[in-house]
Amino acid sequence: MNKLNYRVVIFLFAFLFGIIFSIPSLTQSSEGKKITLGLDLQGGLHMLLSVKSQVAVESKVKSIGTTIKYKLDDEDIIFDDLKIENKSVKFELLDKDDLKKLTKILKDDFKDINIKQEGLKFTLTLNKKLIEETKKNAIKQAVDTIRNRLNMFGLAEPTVAKQGIDKILVEVPGVKTQADEQRIRELIAKAAHLQMMAVDEDRDARVDTMSEAEAKQYGDIILADVSNPKKRYLLHSIPILDGSMLVDAKVGYDRQNNQPLINFKLNGQGAKIFGDFSGKNVGKRMAIVLDNKVYSAPVIRERIGGGSGQISGNFTPQEAHDIAIALRSGALLAPVQVEEKRSVGPSLGADSIRASMIALIIGFLSVVVFMFIYYGMAGVIADIALIANLFLILAIMSLFEATLTLPGMAGIVLTVGMAVDANVIINERIRELLHAGNSITKSIEQGYNNAFTAIWDANVTTLIAAVVLFAYGTGPIKGFSLTISIGILASMLTAILGTHGIYQWILPKIDKNRLDFWFGIKGAK
Amino acid sequence: MEVFKYNQPIIGFMANAKKFAILSLSLVIISLGLLFFKGLNYGIDFAGGTVIQVKYKGNAPIQKIRDILHQHKSYKNANVTYFGSNSDIAIKTKTTSKDVNVDISDQMNTLLKDTGEYEIRGVDMVGPAVGNELRTQGLMAMVLSILGILAYISFRFEWRFALASVLALVHDVTISLGALALFQIDVNLPILAAILTILGYSLNDTVIVFDRIREGIRTIKTTNLSDVIDESVTRTLSRTTLTSLTTFFVVLTLYLFGGELLKGFSFTLLVGVVVGTYSSIFVASPILMWLKFSISEFRAKEAEKLKREKERERMRAMYEQGTI
Repeated sequence: MNKLNYRVVIFLFAFLFGIIFSIPSLTQSSEGKKITLGLDLQGGLHMLLSVKSQVAVESKVKSIGTTIKYKLDDEDIIFDDLKIENKSVKFELLDKDDLKKLTKILKDDFKDINIKQEGLKFTLTLNKKLIEETKKNAIKQAVDTIRNRLNMFGLAEPTVAKQGIDKILVEVPGVKTQADEQRIRELIAKAAHLQMMAVDEDRDARVDTMSEAEAKQYGDIILADVSNPKKRYLLHSIPILDGSMLVDAKVGYDRQNNQPLINFKLNGQGAKIFGDFSGKNVGKRMAIVLDNKVYSAPVIRERIGGGSGQISGNFTPQEAHDIAIALRSGALLAPVQVEEKRSVGPSLGADSIRASMIALIIGFLSVVVFMFIYYGMAGVIADIALIANLFLILAIMSLFEATLTLPGMAGIVLTVGMAVDANVIINERIRELLHAGNSITKSIEQGYNNAFTAIWDANVTTLIAAVVLFAYGTGPIKGFSLTISIGILASMLTAILGTHGIYQWILPKIDKNRLDFWFGIKGAK
Repeated sequence: MEVFKYNQPIIGFMANAKKFAILSLSLVIISLGLLFFKGLNYGIDFAGGTVIQVKYKGNAPIQKIRDILHQHKSYKNANVTYFGSNSDIAIKTKTTSKDVNVDISDQMNTLLKDTGEYEIRGVDMVGPAVGNELRTQGLMAMVLSILGILAYISFRFEWRFALASVLALVHDVTISLGALALFQIDVNLPILAAILTILGYSLNDTVIVFDRIREGIRTIKTTNLSDVIDESVTRTLSRTTLTSLTTFFVVLTLYLFGGELLKGFSFTLLVGVVVGTYSSIFVASPILMWLKFSISEFRAKEAEKLKREKERERMRAMYEQGTI
């Protein structure tokens, strides 16, 4: 044996590195950095959502209406005909003397809003900048809200991320049953839009015969009861306050019938609005509305201070739990829609793992055996490099905590076939040189030299395609380009540098009379 | 073991180049015809739609499922097929649903509840907007890969080599796509990955051959290009076939054992590997010949380059000695 050369030392280090860092992934130990399995292998739910941000703009207009109503009431300004039409807030002042006070309010509290005045009639619309901002905000808020909800739901490592301009990527691994999946979907999509709305007591008696259009004329809206769709309420469409002023929501139980309900608490401003309103409207009803369904409409008996309230309905404990989560994490400013959905059951994932493992093992064995039969010991050396290559792929992916997908597994299988190509090219060169009567040392050194450019060029072209695929591919496909790129890069180290080092190391052992055993050739001198 | 002997007589590839050109050209034309008239069968990734995988305990009552679905207005055109085994079925439909709460799998559960004991194993739904986006991206990826590879090859080789290898590449990809159209395989994202892999991989063998031709131009005495090509191709025959063979092994195991989800992917690669090997031997090199690559010209250029380099060295030496 020769002294250890730098090539073989680097190779052995790489091999060792590969084994050590792939151990956590192979043994699935709880410590150390590991490869994560993609949703297609471990099962889970993948959704690409889009945000209907236009709705956020509409509700922004509505909240401006709410604020106007509160401010004007607060300043004792008399107004009439407050309503929302064509994405703008309209109202009319009744007293000309209030004009000055109103102008001040509008100037102080309503920036970025276009104000049109015709006599005492006012029309408020959002300007372009505010609309853009509202849309952007709705998407950001949707990402945060959905993330919060899934985190509170208690699932292992959900991913929620903005993708592109207006899309949200949601990935939830480990969803076991379809019922679970449905629950998660409902939790994600729940608007959780809580509103306190005053019942229009003057006209509510006629609600059953009233049309939506007529209600709209009065600035009202008709909403149905949650448990009895036939029961309808006529409510002032501009709410007293909404869920944005909520600070907490928890599941509680009704003392009388032990039914689950949700206790909520408002912030200081909300509590004040709530208190003021209830004080002024004793004897009238106030509806608690969640996602446009009336949960209850109790009569106000006295001023309600403290800012807490409760939502009761015929909840199951699970429903109450999910609604509380949704309320706590805040309302979705705009509804979300599914653009793409991929759900993989755990059994399908397990099947994919099994099938791809079988393919990997059979593919690996057939290549290893073929190399040995065709090239003798030279083939064995290539096989050693191949094994090191596999470990290196696992180790590098573990260190980066990369995701292994089904196409990623296919990439590893493919790497097995492609990594030995380098050794085939080298071995053929060496054989050629041996046949030409060169010494073993010269054949090996020249063989590596001559083979290098072809291997290099071939690998670079494959890498170019893989990198482009990584840039343009999505999800699982990225996994394919990842494993194949790592595999090709690792093969430069193992199949070229590593095997070269091994030859140099064991050179004295190579018997020139047994070229059949060492290089699988006969008849060379 | 040696299949191709080192002293293997040189095979007259170039003498038969025309025959192979006719074969290749007809394959390409047939493929283009298939693509044009039959067209690619875009799967849901690119066309939008939903695929539901259902596994039954025991054999799937496929006729019953078809009858039930075809009565429903949303699933009138649903395509129900076995998926890998008699107990697995795949339901493909153009229907998609944007509503997060209303899911096709929920609907399926109500529709299929009387068909036996089953489990919905997976649902893939791609909305039309995303499908369009993925198709544009896929096309971009293909164009970019070809450009990238073209740029690299022209940087590494003389332009005729580059052109010849890219023509061979186009040949390989066209025939692979033709095979996809012929067998009406669902073209989904993994197929795109396979096509891009073919782009990168089918060049490998071409590079081996061209590398050898480039070497042969310098070392083989004759100035007759077709002789150089014949010798180079013959000498690299074992390399090109063996490297393809190892890859073919693993792709074949993927096809046979890798499961239903990787079938289309591995099929595309199988075709690509075979066509790619054929083209690097029989297509790329003749193109080089027809592009009128001239050895004497090349050698003259090389000599010129060498001369310039020598001159530069001489100048430098003089400069260092202070004679200039």
